[in-house]
Amino acid sequence: MKRLHPSVKVLPYLLVAPAVIILTVFYLYPILYNIYLSFFTWNMRGPMKFAGLSNYAELFSGRDFLHTLLNTLLYMVMDVGLVMVLAMGLALFLQKNTPLNRFIQTLSFTPNIISLVSVSLIWMWLMNTDTGLFNYLLSVLGAAPVGWLTDKDVALFSLVLVSVWKSVGFNALIICSALGSIPGYLYEAAALDNASKRSVFFQITLKMISPTLFFLILMNIIGSFQVFETINIMTQGGPSNATNTLIFSIYKQSFEYYRVGYASAMAVVLMGIVGLITIFYFKALNKRVHYR
Amino acid sequence: MRVWLRLPGAGLRIIVSVLLIVIFLMPFYWMILTAFKTLGEVLRMPPKFWVDSLQWQNFRDAFTRINFLHYTRNSLIITLGTMLGQLVVVVPAAYAFARYQFKGKNALFGIVLATMMIPGQLIFLPIFVMFAKSGLLNTYVSLIVPFIASGTAIFMLRQTFMQVPDSQLEAARLDNASEFKIIYTIMMPAAVPTLSTLALLTFIGTWNSYFFPLVWTTTDAVRTLPLGIQKLQDVEGLSPQIVMAGNMMLIVPILLVFLIARKQIIKAFTYMGVK
Repeated sequence: MKRLHPSVKVLPYLLVAPAVIILTVFYLYPILYNIYLSFFTWNMRGPMKFAGLSNYAELFSGRDFLHTLLNTLLYMVMDVGLVMVLAMGLALFLQKNTPLNRFIQTLSFTPNIISLVSVSLIWMWLMNTDTGLFNYLLSVLGAAPVGWLTDKDVALFSLVLVSVWKSVGFNALIICSALGSIPGYLYEAAALDNASKRSVFFQITLKMISPTLFFLILMNIIGSFQVFETINIMTQGGPSNATNTLIFSIYKQSFEYYRVGYASAMAVVLMGIVGLITIFYFKALNKRVHYR
Repeated sequence: MRVWLRLPGAGLRIIVSVLLIVIFLMPFYWMILTAFKTLGEVLRMPPKFWVDSLQWQNFRDAFTRINFLHYTRNSLIITLGTMLGQLVVVVPAAYAFARYQFKGKNALFGIVLATMMIPGQLIFLPIFVMFAKSGLLNTYVSLIVPFIASGTAIFMLRQTFMQVPDSQLEAARLDNASEFKIIYTIMMPAAVPTLSTLALLTFIGTWNSYFFPLVWTTTDAVRTLPLGIQKLQDVEGLSPQIVMAGNMMLIVPILLVFLIARKQIIKAFTYMGVK
């Protein structure tokens, strides 16, 4: 590599410069700027006023933020739990490579490439209290209509259902491909040892795909912390704030109430949570998960 | 056979299969059905599961109630702009990271990897303020440039470039080929599968993008089709047949791409999930 152009010392820097500059301007700098903004009171128009930690103090003393955080956590637990369990089941169900299974696999993956706007609008129509298909089907079964998006005890779960429908096929696909890459000799060895089906599942199958499962859990957790589209389109955070989650709340505080500092402080806290989860993930990955 | 699963009886298998097909197909069917109904049919209880005559004017209504062409044009400009921009920015960067040793390389590549960990939705507000201060709000630039240095794309392409045999590069360099020529005659052809995978992922992601066009714009000037269809819901929410017709027009391009490149798209998403 020594006998190259004289320009070769500068060249690699020129080649990476556009990418690095853009990533710095649109990722690294905004993170710092976000932290900076969180120490001010500002309505985007008037002058910025230094506010010290008062935005954070307000976050943790008021009930709004804690309520929002709780909603987000509840959404996350239901969403990640359901997606992982159902995707695992779907992947095991579809494991055999038959035409029907391939068809179901493709079909269940399709919602994943459709825009969340489309998905939200379709489900909003299905979940309409008076003229929606779901309540009609319930009435056929003799059940009372459900306020899918209007009952404050149900709405958050309805949004989880939409998210599960959209992403379960994708997760199953990844699990399927992990299942397919487990070396066959492990099962042959287990068969020779007369291992019980149960222990084969836990000792081999689950163990071998655990890195994939962990990765998917992390992705789903981070994804569910950012839930926004379905909320903004289907419920607007209602009824009575039952579906008001962190990103939606940051959006509202920014563009409806023009509280830049307060919204930024919320974003900083959320970034901290996502960062902690990511660090925890890599720590746990090193320690506990069987890695090939 | 290879993995343990308590195989349910054939009957149960069929029932579950049918159930799965219904669960994943029914919402799409209901959208299409609704899009072809009259308002009277839409609001009828019990609903009809079939239509006697197709109401094509729902599509014309959806088309005219919002400025459909305007949003579609914006979507196309931003989608193509992002794809082209990625080509120009990502390819040289991936090439340098794959093929050069230089001071600070690890640190710079670290920046690229770090951005893959940061959910962009968390920092929309500081970027909005940046755009507002620099007069870039409501411009195509603001919806294209932040996405053309995709960390994922650089990472994937770097892996591909690293697999090109050294001998090919040496030969080209002996012929005094410029770096530009090496990229376009050796690297790019070797990376066609990766590039088309990235193009597909970018197309799907940008065409569907809703969050950033929403939060980084204050007028309709550069807003994209998903925002247009949401606006249709705002103005025609009481006529689900029109909303669903508009929704179909948003979905069809993606479904066409999916039908044509189904295997490749599935492979691309699988790669993203297991990398």
